Amino acid sequence: MVRLLKKIFLVDLFQGLWVTFRNQNPKYIYTEQYPAERPKVAERYRGAPRLNINPDNGETLCISCNLCALACPEALIVVTSMRNEETKRKELTTFTYDTSRCMFCGLCEDACPVDALELTQDFEMATYTRDGQIWDRQMLEEGPKPTQYKC
Amino acid sequence: MPDQTFLDSTELVINMGPQHPSTHGVLRVILKLDGEKVLGTECIIGYLHRGVEKIAENRTYAQFNPYVDRMDYVAAVSNGLGYCLAVEKILNVEAPPRAQAVRVILTELNRIASHLLWLGTHALDIGAITPVFYCLREREEALKIFEKYCGARLTTHAFRIGGLLYETYDGFEQDIKEFCDMFLPRVDEYEELLTTNRIWVGRLKDVGILSADECKEYGVTGPVLRAAGVKWDVRKAQPYSGYDKYEFDIPTRQNGDTYDRYVVRMQEMRQSVRIMRQAVAAMPEGPIMGKVGKVIKPPVGEAYVSIEAPKGELGYYVVSDGSTQPYRCRVRPPSFVNLQALDRMIRGGLVADVVAVIGTLDIVLGEVDR
Repeated sequence: MVRLLKKIFLVDLFQGLWVTFRNQNPKYIYTEQYPAERPKVAERYRGAPRLNINPDNGETLCISCNLCALACPEALIVVTSMRNEETKRKELTTFTYDTSRCMFCGLCEDACPVDALELTQDFEMATYTRDGQIWDRQMLEEGPKPTQYKC
Repeated sequence: MPDQTFLDSTELVINMGPQHPSTHGVLRVILKLDGEKVLGTECIIGYLHRGVEKIAENRTYAQFNPYVDRMDYVAAVSNGLGYCLAVEKILNVEAPPRAQAVRVILTELNRIASHLLWLGTHALDIGAITPVFYCLREREEALKIFEKYCGARLTTHAFRIGGLLYETYDGFEQDIKEFCDMFLPRVDEYEELLTTNRIWVGRLKDVGILSADECKEYGVTGPVLRAAGVKWDVRKAQPYSGYDKYEFDIPTRQNGDTYDRYVVRMQEMRQSVRIMRQAVAAMPEGPIMGKVGKVIKPPVGEAYVSIEAPKGELGYYVVSDGSTQPYRCRVRPPSFVNLQALDRMIRGGLVADVVAVIGTLDIVLGEVDR
């Protein structure tokens, strides 16, 4: 009898409607209005790669040990270096990072013994050409410069 | 005028997919129809084949770790756990207790995230649009915890062979506790929307029945098997990563139809919350990395480890020839095995139920095709 009445008065459907009605005015809205409102990514976020430079003298921190290139599963990092005859130390000449093949696993970052290579919180890495995805040393040191929209 | 035209034929063969939104990826199903009735189906897979098992043979053990996340991409953490456990078994090391507790918490959180995505899309296939918004809202909370912990939301690469790379962030335990408290009322909300809803029940009851014997014949695992009444859960049967320390039930149902699979998955989410609460309450202190060298070079041997992924039993079989690269890495994906039961479940059913049955199997094509 109760079941029949419940069926006639559409109790199950109104129960569901009540749930949607309760959620009409949510306290927290998850949708981000992206170009205007930028997401705050976590501190450990693995985004665009960066080659750190020493802030005091502007020299690169990279010691061109090639460990990141060996750690990379896709072998997309190419490091070249030249031996400085005066100091007998290897000096970085070029550093190429192919972001089009990168899967941001963070293994290069783990491998780096001097924390020179780092995956940063930048996530806007789109380019108009494929060649633009291959980052050279200068690009890696400066980082991407996306257009910031305001409204 | 010919005696018979194509209009007279009663059987009709149509393609569903590979771009059909309800096939959850790039699955192509050839349906043989007689009016509304399905006479037979054939699955064509392989549109997302990347040769992951072959890639493994050309990568070192640590380098292959991020690739396993890309198989079942909605439950990347479970895949990572299975692979790490398999390599750890050859190496004969065990992750420290703290690493095991964090692994359990994250895999259970991932189970919830995976089931939420399943529930949302499954309801969307059936025609209920509301649940997907609520499910993705809660999934967002889970993904935020992943992002805070390891820096990525989906392809997490959270675990390393031998333990963990990342120590938990400040407030990790608080976040998990808050998630658990927030989540249980939300499950009630979904159940309020769906469990007694007459349209939902009408679409799912007695659709795609797979009995316990048939499940065993096909090798079907996970919630599909448990909905048929078989109490089989790898977490209980062969405890790994310290699951024997936690108290939880294996939800089972008897009929093995689509509705029962829905109920079992809802219960599983509640059990996951229960496990997470216990793991957070008894989180041991200590190191997070076992005794593993920088270069992982396991001795000659092989290991098979299976874990309970959200979709079923996920197995990793790794053969080592003593070098730094695996000689062979074979994956036993739950989605691939479960998918072959599709023909048995849908034969004789209605064409409208095909999407319901594909949805209830909870397949991820990245894992089916590998």
